[in-house]
Amino acid sequence: MVSATAKKLVAVACGVAAVAILIGAYVTFLTGGPTPYTIPTANAASGRSANLTLQTVAAVGSKLAPNKNWVSYLVRENGTWHRSTVWTLPANAVVHVTIYNYDGQSGLRNPFLAQPRGLLDGNTFRVDGKPLKVLDPDTASHTFAIPALGVIVPVLGIGDDAKNQCEYAPCEESMAHETVTFSFRTGKAGHYRWQCFVPCAAGFYYGFGGPMQTIGYMDGFVNVV
Amino acid sequence: MNLRGHAGRIAALTVIGTAIVLPLVIFVLGPNMPPGNWTSAGTSQVFDNTVLLVVMTPFTVFILVYIAYAVTVFRAGPGEELRDGPAIRGHLPSQIVWLATTTAAVLFLAIFGSAELLASNGSGGGSGPNPITKPSGAVLPVQVIGQQWEFTYRYPTYGGVETAELVLPVDRQIEFHVTSLDAIHSFWAYELGVKADANPGVDNIAFVKPKKQGTFQIRCAELCGLWHGYMSDTGRVVDSSQFSTWITQQQHAFTSVQRYLPKYATTYSPDPEARAG
Repeated sequence: MVSATAKKLVAVACGVAAVAILIGAYVTFLTGGPTPYTIPTANAASGRSANLTLQTVAAVGSKLAPNKNWVSYLVRENGTWHRSTVWTLPANAVVHVTIYNYDGQSGLRNPFLAQPRGLLDGNTFRVDGKPLKVLDPDTASHTFAIPALGVIVPVLGIGDDAKNQCEYAPCEESMAHETVTFSFRTGKAGHYRWQCFVPCAAGFYYGFGGPMQTIGYMDGFVNVV
Repeated sequence: MNLRGHAGRIAALTVIGTAIVLPLVIFVLGPNMPPGNWTSAGTSQVFDNTVLLVVMTPFTVFILVYIAYAVTVFRAGPGEELRDGPAIRGHLPSQIVWLATTTAAVLFLAIFGSAELLASNGSGGGSGPNPITKPSGAVLPVQVIGQQWEFTYRYPTYGGVETAELVLPVDRQIEFHVTSLDAIHSFWAYELGVKADANPGVDNIAFVKPKKQGTFQIRCAELCGLWHGYMSDTGRVVDSSQFSTWITQQQHAFTSVQRYLPKYATTYSPDPEARAG
């Protein structure tokens, strides 16, 4: 015959174990985060390199996210666009970035960020093939920045009067967009955050909420390994 | 033993304990209190923290002595009947001692704290747009701009150049103008002893005079959103010639963007309609 005290002890032990398992799972999820997408690395005599191809869209659409109207970055994985903002890049490698931006011009709150930093080629970036040292801050749509690596690049937005604008992602290259390209060196291994510096979350207080505060849209991590 | 006897022994042990601990606090612990002696503000805070420790030492010793005494002397023996001690409520001498001691401590701290804030020009804390006291002599103004999630810096006496790195000359009085262009941040330069809130539309002034060269940590000390924990930076204090070289390099490096920067102002207020979403 099991006593009432023993039953209570077993019940408490089970409760504690259940809570411990839930806490453990939560911590594991937080520390592990989303599964990163590993950018393929090319090895050549001149050194390692990788190509990171991104798309920036004003509305991510219901196919790729539960918040279909949120602004977002997308990454191209094996020819297909995915809403993933955690990427693995090779250490001490040159990363060639291409951003297809389908979003409009909302402007930088701090015009200082209109000048890129941390890039190869003398901090030059290209917009539709044209080399630039600085962007008119009023025409910026987003930025791509890895502050710990000193990398920041403004992204030109499409004009309000652009024809054939993309409504929801993934957007086709035939639609109105600007193409921004640049290269940077990753340096030593580490776990770095990246973010957009333009408060671009339409519908939120001064554009600061929602996709600006949620990993998977305008923020993410770069695992340099 | 009666209540007076116990009180006398506890008081005597407290005095003896304080006499032993106090020199250690003043000469060993105090000089190593944060944030260190990098700056005039830092030195002032080390002194303040030492004084606070000195004030709290007798109280801490009294509490520890009381606990130890109670556990030792008032402990019930095996088989002894559990009974409460004599009620202390309404005991006038105890009330007078307690009220007088705590009142003296609080008044001292209020007067000492106010005097220290005035004497050290805010002691590294933000004093708002119109500080009550200012250091004498020339100052180097440096604007600190908080934004989600990075600090940038402007040097109005060098053409308003904006930089991504904070570099300061040693032995010069710095006048920080801390502001924000979006949410509330807090500029915390730990080793410098500076901590000032960065509020949108507010010019929060803090003074500091670096006394040695090296690097120092900068962190945001106000929960400001997703990447608050990553909003950190490393600043440098260098000699005057290195500073001159560095600021010239910055002016050259950021020539392209200089024409787009707004005219220097003590606050930064972008048009929210044009600059959001």
